[in-house]
Amino acid sequence: MHELSIAESIVDIIGDSLARNGGGRVRSVKVRIGELSGVVPESVDFCFKAITAGTSLDGSTLEIEKTHIVALCDDCGKESSVEGLVFRCPKCGGANIKVISGNELQVVEIELDE
Amino acid sequence: MAVVTIERKVLQKNDEIAQQNRELFQKNGIFVINLVSSPGSGKTSLLERTLEHLKGKVRIAVVEGDVQTDLDAQRVAKLGVPVVQIVTNGGCHLEAKLVQDALSNIDVANVDLLVIENVGNLVCPAGYDLGESMKVVIASTTEGDDKPLKYPAMFRNASVLIINKTDLVPYVNCNLGELKKNALQINANLRVFETSCTTGAGIPEWSEWLRGKTKRT
Ligand SMILES: Nc1nc2c(ncn2[C@@H]2O[C@H](COP(=O)(O)OP(=O)(O)O)[C@@H](O)[C@H]2O)c(=O)[nH]1
Ligand SMILES: [Mg+2]
Ligand SMILES: [Zn+2]
Repeated sequence: MHELSIAESIVDIIGDSLARNGGGRVRSVKVRIGELSGVVPESVDFCFKAITAGTSLDGSTLEIEKTHIVALCDDCGKESSVEGLVFRCPKCGGANIKVISGNELQVVEIELDE
Repeated sequence: MAVVTIERKVLQKNDEIAQQNRELFQKNGIFVINLVSSPGSGKTSLLERTLEHLKGKVRIAVVEGDVQTDLDAQRVAKLGVPVVQIVTNGGCHLEAKLVQDALSNIDVANVDLLVIENVGNLVCPAGYDLGESMKVVIASTTEGDDKPLKYPAMFRNASVLIINKTDLVPYVNCNLGELKKNALQINANLRVFETSCTTGAGIPEWSEWLRGKTKRT
């Protein structure tokens, strides 16, 4: 359970960005969390609310975009989504696949009140 | 209303320090494994067996990560190997910065193989790069055969799977074939070893393979 430290890092990144962009009130924060990131989106949301309560980010909401696992096949070059945790290319059956989406854990953007 | 684009990895700071660690390892020709598993799968036991096997053949150092106590470091130190204990005080995984700090207590110029025993946890350590050459995941037979499906990120990010406690197969409901099938479904490139730290079965095969990865072969 490291969602608390993840939420803290998100707050730090927001702080950095505000410092560079002259501040403002944050209405919402968009984060991207992949299915294979090992992070539970609902827990991040819970922790974010808990640590921002009473701070300048109190009331800001997390908008979580969940990404599914997508793989690129090294053998046939096709891209496909990984279903049911079967990490094989559904097109050619090959196992030489690279996960190109699903590991994300990113702060995408913040929306500021005027 | 204004939108500020950020597009930054949440763990970017950790990744940057991991990269610094990796450069230090490469510069000194050190092969580094990040040993991960549930609590009690046998990380320290496997390490002890491996150290015994490689003693005098490879120069090894160890970083021990635990939530509390330096009991594991004491076990390893008994084998005459340099060991640094990191106590995370509740932290459920090691981070690159903790390893970087620990490295200042290791004579990196005289090490061929560094083993980092992570905190027992199959979830969080998967996301934290420490700068290692590879992750080695241990699944023991007492945990059943479905662990790879429950913790896919860890098995996907690992390069080696060690199935430990094979001596207990007759007593537990764990189908080795099923366990391997599940693991390879998540990651077909996993190199699989079967070991028993009690009988010593499989230890030479694993240790020699690991020795082959280091520069001093
Ligand atoms: N029967 C059996 N027990 C083992 C084996 N490997 C480790 N153990 C036992 O499992 C327990 C936990 O081992 P330890 O190495 O401390 O696990 P760690 O928490 O992953 O470092 C100890 O009581 C070990 O003696 C094995 O191969 N077979
Ligand atoms: Mg241990
Ligand atoms: Zn294919």
